[in-house]
Amino acid sequence: MSPSLSLNPVDDFNALTTYPFMVNALEAGTIIAVLAAVVGWYMVLRRQSFAGHTLSVMAFPGAAGAALAGLPTALGYYLACGAAAVFMRGGRSGSGLGSPGRGYGTETATIATVQTVGLAAGFLFLSLNNAVLGGTETLLFGTFLGVSRGQVLTLLLVAIAALAMVAAATRPLLLETIDPEGARARGLPVAALDLGFLLVLALAVAATSQITGALLVFALLVAPPAAAQQLTMRPGLGLVLSVVFALAVVWLGLGVAYFSIWPVGFYVTSFAFALYLAARLWHTTARRRHRGD
Amino acid sequence: MFAHDFVRNAYLAGTFVALGCGVVGWFVVLRGQLFAGDALTHVAFVGAITAAVLGFDERIGLFVLTLAVAGGMAALGRRGQADDVVIGTVFAWILGIGVLLLAVLATSSEGGTGIAAANTLFGSIYSLSPGGSRLAAAVGLAVSAGVLLALRPLLLATLDSELAAVRGVPVRALGVGFLALLAVVTAESTQAVGALLLLGLLAAPAGAAHRLTASPSRGLALSGLIAVVAMWGGLALSYEVASLPPSSAIIGLAGAAYAAATLFSRTRRRSAGRG
Repeated sequence: MSPSLSLNPVDDFNALTTYPFMVNALEAGTIIAVLAAVVGWYMVLRRQSFAGHTLSVMAFPGAAGAALAGLPTALGYYLACGAAAVFMRGGRSGSGLGSPGRGYGTETATIATVQTVGLAAGFLFLSLNNAVLGGTETLLFGTFLGVSRGQVLTLLLVAIAALAMVAAATRPLLLETIDPEGARARGLPVAALDLGFLLVLALAVAATSQITGALLVFALLVAPPAAAQQLTMRPGLGLVLSVVFALAVVWLGLGVAYFSIWPVGFYVTSFAFALYLAARLWHTTARRRHRGD
Repeated sequence: MFAHDFVRNAYLAGTFVALGCGVVGWFVVLRGQLFAGDALTHVAFVGAITAAVLGFDERIGLFVLTLAVAGGMAALGRRGQADDVVIGTVFAWILGIGVLLLAVLATSSEGGTGIAAANTLFGSIYSLSPGGSRLAAAVGLAVSAGVLLALRPLLLATLDSELAAVRGVPVRALGVGFLALLAVVTAESTQAVGALLLLGLLAAPAGAAHRLTASPSRGLALSGLIAVVAMWGGLALSYEVASLPPSSAIIGLAGAAYAAATLFSRTRRRSAGRG
């Protein structure tokens, strides 16, 4: 079964949706794109890509630990990501006092330590379980095309919950992100907001990485929002742009991968990177033109 | 246990790789560049796969790709310092390439690649050859020496880049050079500790040292010391306990040192606040 691309878009669309696995993949991809684009927009604005990547890697100890303990894999993902979020926040030095450079450095040291200790634990679980290491690749790079009906429904529920939490906290979260001192002065619970956002990020990552693989959830979290923020800093428009970009990248990636022999992950990340470069280029030329006037 | 050749090789390579990671890591933490280090460790993994696909020696792939990406990130970022978003997007794309290459490798070669990939990801310090371990030790030593030679200008450029520029320190070149140094450490250490766990050796000892002392000379020494002790302890532990992989033991000890330093500095600050 090797589908060929005709030039008729209707035929191509029909070819894409012939098989149920492809319909599931497209639906899951759509939900993931919206979820990752919105949560990722805040993540990029808060300069927390490193934390986001660390969370996305936690899928590995989660899955390996769940296999060792005989728990469902999905539960392992959520537990590992949640624990990592708590530890990352817990290691943060006080309330950001002290010189900024130093504070940032030790904060990233905490994130990096949480990440590698998690990975080391995952590697230990795997070796205790005598598992074949071939499974590691699937775990890290995902199987987009093996999504079940139940997974799509679970994903939808988690996405709605995560998006509702972000929507409910939009204003304080934005204020806390852009001006932490001002937010503290106004009596906002800065520490709780911080931890809350990390937990929502953990939830989104845990749900997404079960489908895209641990290493690729990150591309969707960072590239579309980063491209959107090159084009506009207005929150509403930026969020919409980010979602549009993510949808385009995921649909294109899935569609092209279907007609090709190379993996989905390669296409999704390449389109996302190309999009970011284009947005950056547009941004610099627009600024130059603006300066020229 | 030192009667075995493979143990001696592991200790030789491990000691100097840990020393290099500890010393370079202290600056990585001070400069807030751990995310760049994280990206480079993953690039090293992709580099190893690239070499496997093209049929080169693994080390060529590791060094060429990590150095190239370090240069690219430095170019895209401001003042020779790659920023969060640039690292993230470059990083994600490189991983995508890695996925593609893994697929190519799976369809083209005769198998056994799963093991190779796992070794690159998690390292296999007990299977280093005598030549490989001597090279690793030499690179670790050279990198530590390089950092110590450039200590004063690097410190000044990191802490106060404006002042450094006024004094004629080439801040941008130092930034690029430092990323290149980081790339070399990453490429070399990947073979010992593995791409995914290397970050811990860069971050945990250095983070602990930063928590315990603000003095550069003491911090650098402490960071190197913690890294080497974690390496020795981890190697010994995994030799005694057969089911414990060496990489996990090393990172576990380094992480424990970081947690202990964090708790210690917190209680010290609290008691200082009361007094």
